[in-house]
Amino acid sequence: MTLLKFWQRLVQTARLSCGVPDYDVYVAHLRAHHPERKIPTYAEFFRDRQTARYKGTGGRCC
Amino acid sequence: MATAAMKPAGIAGKIVWAVIAAIGAACLAVIALRRGEPVNAIWLVAAAAAIFLIGYRFYGKFIEHRVLQMDPSRAPPSVLRNDGLDYVPTDKWVVFGHHFAAIAGAGPLVGPVLAAQMGYLPGTLWILFGVVLGGAVQDFMVLGLSVRRDARSLGHMLREELGALAGVVAMFGLLTLMMIVLAVLALVVVKALTHSPWGTFSVACTIPIALLMGIYLRWLRPGRILEVSLIGLVLLITSIAYGAHVAASPDLAKVFDFDAKSLAWLLIAYGFCASVLPVWLLLAPRDYLSTFLKIGTIFLLAIAIIFAAPQLQMPAVSRFIDGTGPVFQGQLFPFLFITIACGAVSGWHSIIASGTTPKLLSNEGEARMVGYGGMLMEAFVAIMALIAAASLHPGVYFAMNSPSALIGTTVEHAASTISQWGFVVTPDELTRTAKDIGETSILSRAGGAPTLAVGMAQLLHNILPGEGMVAFWYHYAILFEALFILTTVDAGTRVGRFMIQEIAGLVYAPLKSTESWMGNVLATSVCVGLWGYFLYQGAVDPLGGINTLWPLFGIANQMLAAIALMLATVVTVKLKRQRYAWVPGIPALWLVTCTLTAGFEKVIGPISFTAAAQKYTQALQDGKLLAPAKSLEEMQRIITNNRVDATLTMIFILLVVTMLCFSLYGIVKALRSNAPTAQEAPRVALASVTASRST
Repeated sequence: MTLLKFWQRLVQTARLSCGVPDYDVYVAHLRAHHPERKIPTYAEFFRDRQTARYKGTGGRCC
Repeated sequence: MATAAMKPAGIAGKIVWAVIAAIGAACLAVIALRRGEPVNAIWLVAAAAAIFLIGYRFYGKFIEHRVLQMDPSRAPPSVLRNDGLDYVPTDKWVVFGHHFAAIAGAGPLVGPVLAAQMGYLPGTLWILFGVVLGGAVQDFMVLGLSVRRDARSLGHMLREELGALAGVVAMFGLLTLMMIVLAVLALVVVKALTHSPWGTFSVACTIPIALLMGIYLRWLRPGRILEVSLIGLVLLITSIAYGAHVAASPDLAKVFDFDAKSLAWLLIAYGFCASVLPVWLLLAPRDYLSTFLKIGTIFLLAIAIIFAAPQLQMPAVSRFIDGTGPVFQGQLFPFLFITIACGAVSGWHSIIASGTTPKLLSNEGEARMVGYGGMLMEAFVAIMALIAAASLHPGVYFAMNSPSALIGTTVEHAASTISQWGFVVTPDELTRTAKDIGETSILSRAGGAPTLAVGMAQLLHNILPGEGMVAFWYHYAILFEALFILTTVDAGTRVGRFMIQEIAGLVYAPLKSTESWMGNVLATSVCVGLWGYFLYQGAVDPLGGINTLWPLFGIANQMLAAIALMLATVVTVKLKRQRYAWVPGIPALWLVTCTLTAGFEKVIGPISFTAAAQKYTQALQDGKLLAPAKSLEEMQRIITNNRVDATLTMIFILLVVTMLCFSLYGIVKALRSNAPTAQEAPRVALASVTASRST
């Protein structure tokens, strides 16, 4: 694994730990399966995920 | 089937594992048998590493192939329901990192510190064997079950496999557990910040820092989490450094000097505000900061222990295994197994292992690494906390963790009492330690966090020496613990609020709407009121609060673990794999035994809440005041609090017994049936899904 790839994985892990999934994966998913939907900007995507994280059940440990 | 996948190891492999086993056995022998002379912490680290490797390679694999029968060719929920957001097949290391960040919390740092009063050996053995045979089994099996059930939650699986009523009972237990968790964690912060202007100042600074980060993330640079967290970190470090000036200036110090009672009220008010404000403003940015700080500090602690290689100064087994310890009451069995919950077996993990993680797992073959491996990592954190506590001077340890009712409020009195217990310490040593860490006193700072902070500060000072650095590291450690505890309190209050709104919605539908301002404020008040009650009770408790609340927390947490393991046992039998039912069954029985015994001892007998209530009632009738109550009103409050705690313990006992009955009924029914009766989702071959996707 190259250094760049390692860094990308690290960023992905860090974001995921904060409840923000990979944006590129989501965009790719939308393009492949829902071409009719509007693709959100990263800022919109981030806001949506931020609200979603604190709605569900306890995703946190004591 | 997958059972055939267990390959015989080659000669080289066998030799490697034999060597690891020998190293593990040798290290354990050194830890357990060397008496009278101090043992180096590295032996402990090595023993833990060897045992975890063997547990992971052999027992973990056994569970994977025989008990859960994980099948790498079967499509997991992330592939079947891929939506690019919640269900996404993700790289296993990323899932592992995310899972570990979600399960690591304050629990494994506090429990082992409290348990160190019995010496380092009992705690170490319980963590090592408890995690391999119980904790990691729970996390892994719940994850495995959830992956086979469309990534369903624990509550959902309980309803499906044990019946609707069992699900309701378990969810009620979960809400109670959460209130106790929030109260006890908030109390840890209260204990750490009482009369500590430096600590209080730097923790208070996290609020404006978080607001700033929130605005930055929302308006200036949307979504740049790493960038804003770095800025936050720099500001935090600055606030710790500036805290020294606050503590040194009499005028400023007065502003940030609070007693336990006022701190409790401040936290209650804060908890309320934080959970009604929009998440992006306060909660989310704190969450990001605390997540990164948590992981970073765990690494820092690991590095410090490895490079400083401290000697363990605490005896292997102290005289307090007889139940007379000052930190918590009760004998080794069952109270050690209640005190160290997180780190050995943590019931809360069953929520996380059936939450986000199963939605991300890209292959069933990776469940062992994430579920079993993740929990082993957490056990490592617990071992490190134990090392930090045991490498302190035992006199300092007991001065920090004993209530003032036992050791008094002066260093002279404390030193002479503790020396009488057999841990010789001079008043001067206690004063000097307080001065080193930049505080006025270290006496009776129970709760684990301050002790861990002193231990950590000394370790870090060993590898990074410098004038005044012990004080800096101490406050760094306090801040880091307070930060992530407060994040848990915020987030927990929110989750509790939604749970309460859900329940209230059954009675009066409009309350259910989470957008409704009134429903929001009402449910938040109820939630904050519930944990706030226990927090306040702990803050005014004569024996320091932790003494009362930690066993309640331990019983509740282990109760949830027992429920999760019972579910795993029932499902194993339902799948007609009853010959492996002992794998989750034995730890389930052990936890049921521990929680019930501890529960009974807390309801009836000399160390029970009932006995304490009776003692004060008797005194009240005789017209006497019992310390530390200073008025009849305070006497009455102590009686009420103890009665509430006794009732709560009885509820926990009832919950465990009810769930045990449901499980036994489920097992008997499954044994009578000739065919498997578990509710697994139908198997879809991974190859068929990936093939159809690529076309």
